[in-house]
Amino acid sequence: MNHARRHKMGFWVLFSAPMLWWVTVLLVPYLIMLSISFYSRQFPFHVPDFQFGNYAILLQDSQYWTVLLRSVKVSILVSLAAFAMGYPLAYFLAFKVRSERLRLFLYVATIVPLWVSYLLRAYTWKTILGSEGILNSFLMWIGVLDEPSSLFLYNEFAMVVTMAYIFTPFMVMPIYASLEKIPRSLIEASKDLGAGRFSTFLRITLPLTMPGVLAGFTFTFGLSVGDFVSPLLVGGPYSNMISNVIATQFGMAMNWPLGAALGVVMLFIVLGVITASDKLERAGRLNLG
Amino acid sequence: MADILHLDHVTKTFRGGVVAVDDISLNIREGEFLTMLGPSGCGKTTTLRMIGGFEYPDSGSILLDGKDVTDAPPYQRPVNMMFQDFALFPHMTVAANIAFGLKIAGMPRAETESRVKEMLDMIELPQMGDRLPNQLSNGQRQRVALARALVRHPRILLLDEPMSALDAKLKEAMQVELRHIHDRIGITFIMVTHDQTESMIMSDRIIVMNRGRIEQVGSPTDLYDRPATAYVADFLGTSNMVPVTVTRTGDQVVAKAGEASFRIARHDGAIADGAAMTMFIRPEKIRLAVAGDDGNVFKGQVREVFFSGNAVRIDLDIGAGQVVMVHHQLDTALGDAGLPAAGDTVTCSVKPETISLFDRAQADAIVRGGAAA
Repeated sequence: MNHARRHKMGFWVLFSAPMLWWVTVLLVPYLIMLSISFYSRQFPFHVPDFQFGNYAILLQDSQYWTVLLRSVKVSILVSLAAFAMGYPLAYFLAFKVRSERLRLFLYVATIVPLWVSYLLRAYTWKTILGSEGILNSFLMWIGVLDEPSSLFLYNEFAMVVTMAYIFTPFMVMPIYASLEKIPRSLIEASKDLGAGRFSTFLRITLPLTMPGVLAGFTFTFGLSVGDFVSPLLVGGPYSNMISNVIATQFGMAMNWPLGAALGVVMLFIVLGVITASDKLERAGRLNLG
Repeated sequence: MADILHLDHVTKTFRGGVVAVDDISLNIREGEFLTMLGPSGCGKTTTLRMIGGFEYPDSGSILLDGKDVTDAPPYQRPVNMMFQDFALFPHMTVAANIAFGLKIAGMPRAETESRVKEMLDMIELPQMGDRLPNQLSNGQRQRVALARALVRHPRILLLDEPMSALDAKLKEAMQVELRHIHDRIGITFIMVTHDQTESMIMSDRIIVMNRGRIEQVGSPTDLYDRPATAYVADFLGTSNMVPVTVTRTGDQVVAKAGEASFRIARHDGAIADGAAMTMFIRPEKIRLAVAGDDGNVFKGQVREVFFSGNAVRIDLDIGAGQVVMVHHQLDTALGDAGLPAAGDTVTCSVKPETISLFDRAQADAIVRGGAAA
């Protein structure tokens, strides 16, 4: 007796607390959400049931589709913008900054906004993009505009800008990590074999950083698709995202079953993205070894 | 043989003021196997990297086939490098790695394929084209790196410490094989190594470098038998460095150490009578006198005997606390029974032309530096 039994005991002592935590705050809520999504609505609330009516509504009513597609579209735009800003930044940090100290400083400067409240950072964009904001004042000062433009705030553009700003560190971090891992001799070997800078980047650097890029896209997409705050603060009345609609169903509309069904749909979208990126990454890793 | 590469007063200083390469001038001959030899930090790798285009000199120029390539990037030089860590592209197959340089050059597909196949045959890995680098052994990776660097038929192949990642046995086999490949394809090889045995086995000529400067250039036998400086004598092989007092009568130079005296055949003529110098003798050039008289005969008392199978090392006390090492190859002439024992007095001989004299202060500095390292 024994060793196997003691081993088992040890396992439970060590893991029961985290398992309990995981079950109560993650697994059970998911199950509750899943079951409520099958409930039927009955004034003034809802009753337990097992039917697919809520999902049928989501399929039939185009306004939900519009919001879902908008969420996905905005998230893709945010990811692309974060990639466009984050990759060059990570490349610059990893390859061009020679001083170890300066590199650390710039890296910390890039990610330190993550310590500041998300709400606060979203608010700053209100003051930048608003009609009395910094951008308008600047454009009027240099004479591009005669009067403040309302084009900058309360639309999808404002949401993309705000979220791209907030989520760029999540793109920079994994890309920087994968860039740093590339042995410099690989870059030199490519140039030695006749490839110029751009060709070397396309054939060597970029393919070797694909795992980082994929991780960055997964982070930024996942974070933006469920974002609730920036649509509320800078998105305006016609830029609702799926989280806002879910919140409305659980709040004002008092339609929990529909809200739960929307939640399940969103969960599966994010799971789909993570699975796809994981598959791509695995395929890549097979190559990289 | 015509010169293929010419380094003219090349100097490179790194940030922080470290002079890596200090005013080096050098001619490299077409088709030769040249090795730059020296301890780490002597400037050999920096020199190699400047030839490859990975570093640029602060002053001086590099001429390849008479053309100035001093500031040309690596991708504009007909020179290829085999990197110390092999630098195989991990996301490409062996065949794609080898084909890389040809693809960049825009070579048609059919020709590329046949050239890659030819290379795979040369490195004796004909079946490995579809493998990824991480599925190969270290020795196989090295072969692929060699093939990738040679497939473009460069004017010069640069090899940066090519054997450092291999185990001892594989190392010996590859040294011979690399030498054979060089002789077969006739491309100029420039290798960097800190391994003196390796440099002697493989090279036509060796450049011994020290602190960014060239100590001596010559064939392996030149350097080994006739080192120009105490540094070269100490770096290559093992040597006896014995403090001596020199007496000179006309052209006759005799060095005295302990109770032994040695006639010196090679000297630069500037030696003063009574000078304190350091005498250099290879341990294997000294013969136990049973085998005959080599010109300089001296006696010594055996201090210790170290047996190593095919040879024996005898430490001889030649008086006044001076000890001379003798390497004796064991053959039928002197078996186990004939070996001297500690305390015996033996007579030895050495040819005058195998002895060199170096400046005492210079030699002491090197021996002390070696002891500290």
